[in-house]
Amino acid sequence: MTEVRAEAGERSPGDQAARDDPSTLSRVEQRDKELAQRATRVAARGSKPTRIVSARVSVWLRLREMWRARELFVFLVRKEIKVKYKNSVLGFLWSMLNPALTLAVFYVLFTYFLPNGIPYFVIYMFSAMLVWNLFQAGLLTGTTSVVVNAGIVKKVAFPREILVLASVGSAFVYFFYQSLVMIGFMIAFHHGPAWSEMWLLIPALAAIVVFASALSIFLSAVNVYLRDTQHLVEVLLVAWFWAIPTVYAFSGRVHDSLQRHTILFIPHTKLIWLYFSNPVTPVVMTFQRVFFNIWNAQSTKLTPATPRIESIGPHVYKIVGTNPPFHAPLAVMAHYPIHWYVGADLAVLGVSILLFLGALMVFGHLEGNFAEEL
Amino acid sequence: MSANIAVEVDDVSKKFRLYHEKYYSLKERVLHLGNNSYEDFWALQDISFEVAEGQTVGILGRNGSGKSTLLKCMSGILQPTKGRIVVRGALAALLELGAGFQPELSGRENIFLNASLLGLSTKEVESRFDEIVAFAELENFIDNQVKYYSSGMYVRLGFAVAVNVDPDILVVDEVLAVGDENFQRKCMGRIKEFQNDGRTILFVTHSADLVRVICDNAAVLSSGKMIGYASAAEAVKLYHDHLLTLAPESAITASEPVSEIPAYRPVTITSVDLEHPGTGTRQHLLPGEPLTVRIGFEAFEPVADMVIAIEIHNQFNEMAYASDTEILGQQIDVPTGGGRADLTFDHIPFLDGKYFVAVELKSRPGIVFDRREMVPFEMLNPGRSRGTIALDFRVEIRTASLS
Repeated sequence: MTEVRAEAGERSPGDQAARDDPSTLSRVEQRDKELAQRATRVAARGSKPTRIVSARVSVWLRLREMWRARELFVFLVRKEIKVKYKNSVLGFLWSMLNPALTLAVFYVLFTYFLPNGIPYFVIYMFSAMLVWNLFQAGLLTGTTSVVVNAGIVKKVAFPREILVLASVGSAFVYFFYQSLVMIGFMIAFHHGPAWSEMWLLIPALAAIVVFASALSIFLSAVNVYLRDTQHLVEVLLVAWFWAIPTVYAFSGRVHDSLQRHTILFIPHTKLIWLYFSNPVTPVVMTFQRVFFNIWNAQSTKLTPATPRIESIGPHVYKIVGTNPPFHAPLAVMAHYPIHWYVGADLAVLGVSILLFLGALMVFGHLEGNFAEEL
Repeated sequence: MSANIAVEVDDVSKKFRLYHEKYYSLKERVLHLGNNSYEDFWALQDISFEVAEGQTVGILGRNGSGKSTLLKCMSGILQPTKGRIVVRGALAALLELGAGFQPELSGRENIFLNASLLGLSTKEVESRFDEIVAFAELENFIDNQVKYYSSGMYVRLGFAVAVNVDPDILVVDEVLAVGDENFQRKCMGRIKEFQNDGRTILFVTHSADLVRVICDNAAVLSSGKMIGYASAAEAVKLYHDHLLTLAPESAITASEPVSEIPAYRPVTITSVDLEHPGTGTRQHLLPGEPLTVRIGFEAFEPVADMVIAIEIHNQFNEMAYASDTEILGQQIDVPTGGGRADLTFDHIPFLDGKYFVAVELKSRPGIVFDRREMVPFEMLNPGRSRGTIALDFRVEIRTASLS
């Protein structure tokens, strides 16, 4: 009995000391607080399941999980950018230098060797390149993102679409870096954008980002099973680049050449829609409208009119337009009103949202076996 | 009361496709369209059990029994082919410590990234940041790039982040067998703390002892099927019974020679074999059984005063026993030619676990001639006593009426 009392007597001063020690106190308090928080959280949750793991997935649930992981998205974007330029002397400057050098090459090529005669060609091209680089980088890194991050995908449970979105997100960050270069060029060339039409960029950017995300989500899932996908995308992107008016004038080349030809007996003017079925084109044209900002610019390069055969009587034909050569100045930009741009961008956005939901469905179907296939 | 069921595994099956050859490219797929040969392999078959909130449940099974697949399904990394798993509460899975660490980023950045990967918000990470760093004992290195971390630091950081996710349900794969002793004790302490908080813990292991020590219940898996779900002690018994029915898989043989072979080698070890009463019929020993370590050696010249040393390590690489013939006071002189030394232990007093024998031939001044390590044997405790060593004790009770 005495022993017990002695023990109790010994313990109490120690206890007192622990209570007096502020660090211990705060730790104990912190712990109590945490436990209380946990208790309320558990109570609030009730018996509702937090997660059901099964073979079926709903798109709605995926969207909700993605929204919950939005902070992860920010961290992943930050990581991607940090890791990409780590250990390089110039760091993220490369993200600006890279397109600037490409631009320089194209500028020399299309001004001195294959002149296209577009005034302010640097601005014309760069406004298209901004969009293209965003799309291309997003699609390329997005497609490989699941395979590249196999280590995490196999070991941690989280909405994997975030990986793809983070790739597109980092491309979007580079887009802003590159916009700085664009601003530099515009100041250097004393060339102002169309301030009153700036807002056109919002639907255009939304459209291209959602489109790139939708495509990347679909392709990244397919890429896990079929590694050809990433190479195929690379090749397709090379061809795709020439399908947007970057180094040639839209009106001068596309519009006019489509008007001159009849392909497969389809009237030419309808064929212009084939060109616009490329969702990147309206976005690029919107950017050019805002930044290039010379709606009736004319190419200084004169193009000979195409010879035509005209019927001037029964069985009598005349070749028109060759002698003397007839030179026509070519318009650079399409002469479309503002609402055409808004409509085209919103159409792309609408289609992209549908594609996005579809891509999520496919991704969800294929995701179940990611961990085994990687 | 379904309200306090934390994890409900409902008739879960998982099928893997084992391709004889896996074709990833389009060309290969087209070429092999007809003979796309694969076998269906059921990693899990009709698994059903429930884990009540606050329980610690072990999942016992040998390698390849489907334990890890089940855990991956629970944590949502894999989706079951059939059935479903309902999880109530935040679940954190410790499948691989430090999975997703970016070597190029600093420890600090990795904490934020990894924690958000595990579902923690930035605010929560900030409030726990110091605790995480302190737990990982990385105060001085937190702003260094993770690629310069030692593997121990890496694992400590991984564990520190994972346990600070504040999960309601913690899923632990066999990750605790890493790190030094001090860190392991810390991990166990944290798991005990979790138990006291009333959190649910799911534990995958093939160490029956660990189950006996920390689990309330355990599920026993064997080649994808659940052969039992019972209280820890019963489940361990079930597991052992099950192991005893299995045929010995492979003979216990000596490992490769260690790399640091001394330049002067008058004697080499040619073989190390372990013999016990069950040799040939089962892989493991029962506590108290004798064990003979048979060392085959070959001398290239006569060696006087040779010493044979033996060490036994447990699975955490802690030395359980070490001695040599010098301590025994035995004089060994070896003539040129082959020979054999039998070292016999009359009673091996260990309970469960895997142990490793290391033998060494050396001169009396301590020059090592040859060494073999990691010759394994396994102890299986059929009884219900726990711990590391088998002791006998008697009970004598005297009551007032007798004296």
